[in-house]
Amino acid sequence: MAAAGTEKSLKVDIWRGDDDGYYQSFTVPHETSQTILDVVTYVQRKLDATLSYRFACRVGMCGSCAMTVNGRPRWTCRTHVDSVAEDGYIKIDPLRNFPRVKDLAVDMTVFFDKWRDAKARFVPSEADLDGFAQVDPDSRERKEASAAIECIGCGICYAACDLVSWNPDYLGPAALNRAWTLVNDVRDADPNGHLKAVAGDAGCHACHSQQGCTSHCPKSLSPTASIAGLKRKSFAALLKGAL
Amino acid sequence: MSGRLELWLFVLQRLSAMVLAPLVLIHLVTMIYAVQGGLSAAEILSRTQANAIWPVLYGLFIVAVAIHGAIGLRSILREMTPLRDKGAGAVAVAFCALVLILGYRAVGAIA
Ligand code: SF4
Ligand code: SF4
Ligand code: FES
Repeated sequence: MAAAGTEKSLKVDIWRGDDDGYYQSFTVPHETSQTILDVVTYVQRKLDATLSYRFACRVGMCGSCAMTVNGRPRWTCRTHVDSVAEDGYIKIDPLRNFPRVKDLAVDMTVFFDKWRDAKARFVPSEADLDGFAQVDPDSRERKEASAAIECIGCGICYAACDLVSWNPDYLGPAALNRAWTLVNDVRDADPNGHLKAVAGDAGCHACHSQQGCTSHCPKSLSPTASIAGLKRKSFAALLKGAL
Repeated sequence: MSGRLELWLFVLQRLSAMVLAPLVLIHLVTMIYAVQGGLSAAEILSRTQANAIWPVLYGLFIVAVAIHGAIGLRSILREMTPLRDKGAGAVAVAFCALVLILGYRAVGAIA
């Protein structure tokens, strides 16, 4: 192996422009332990400074670097070239199901608006003001919430969901997954309010349970399971007359 | 409001599926049995008419199919065609009615 690990080069096609765009080809030296984000950064620093893309943490925490790599949505800072390149070839597109801004940068507004529409935010109660809530780590609710809590808001599940592409109003896996954590948060003052918000015709009942979201989530979460939970809980609430 | 409608449709979809699963099996097994046994149409009819269980089972079958099929059709139309809520709902209701009418004509014939 050559000392710098640059014994071969990669052929990289990158989408340029908005909806009306084209692929631009670049040749990028191959390095050991190189990530897709490294490739994109190399292009921007060394080959074409006008390339637009988004990243922040580079360690899989912020959720801002998601792109479509060889046809699949991925977090590019944690995706190694060696695991996805096909014969030294990499094709990079912006995330699917999002309006394109320029090159690899998409507009995430709709995605986060849907978190708001799904009422996917904590509703505090007066009781919280009197001190710490006691949440049993072994309780079912805590375990359900824990299984879904590590979302980094990367939008990969949203890009992977066919239902989003068919029904642009669909709230999508990430917002529903977040709502599920709140329904299971014993401190939340309005669990039925969360259920009401996600039981609409573009909410949890529309999900096909085909797990496109789950198979692509870089944090190995299962929005599909969360959505199934929402279906169960909203049915129980309906029987109790709470919806 | 639309949330409750979706929820009820979801519940109906699941309940009708639970009814359909065993009925489809019974239907297939009896059909294969009748065909393998070389029964003629007249012999089959005489058996279905002799026992009230058959019209009752098939009556239930048709209700389940009409509900399950219509709800599924509504989802497909809403996702795959330009038809939105109202249009898809209307087509689904019409489909449900058609299945019920055709189904009960058939049940009437074997009862
Ligand atoms: S399981 Fe549901 S949310 Fe996940 S990709 Fe499929 S339709 Fe979308
Ligand atoms: S659920 Fe997974 S894929 Fe979806 S936004 Fe959160 S971390 Fe990303
Ligand atoms: S840059 Fe933060 S997750 Fe990739």
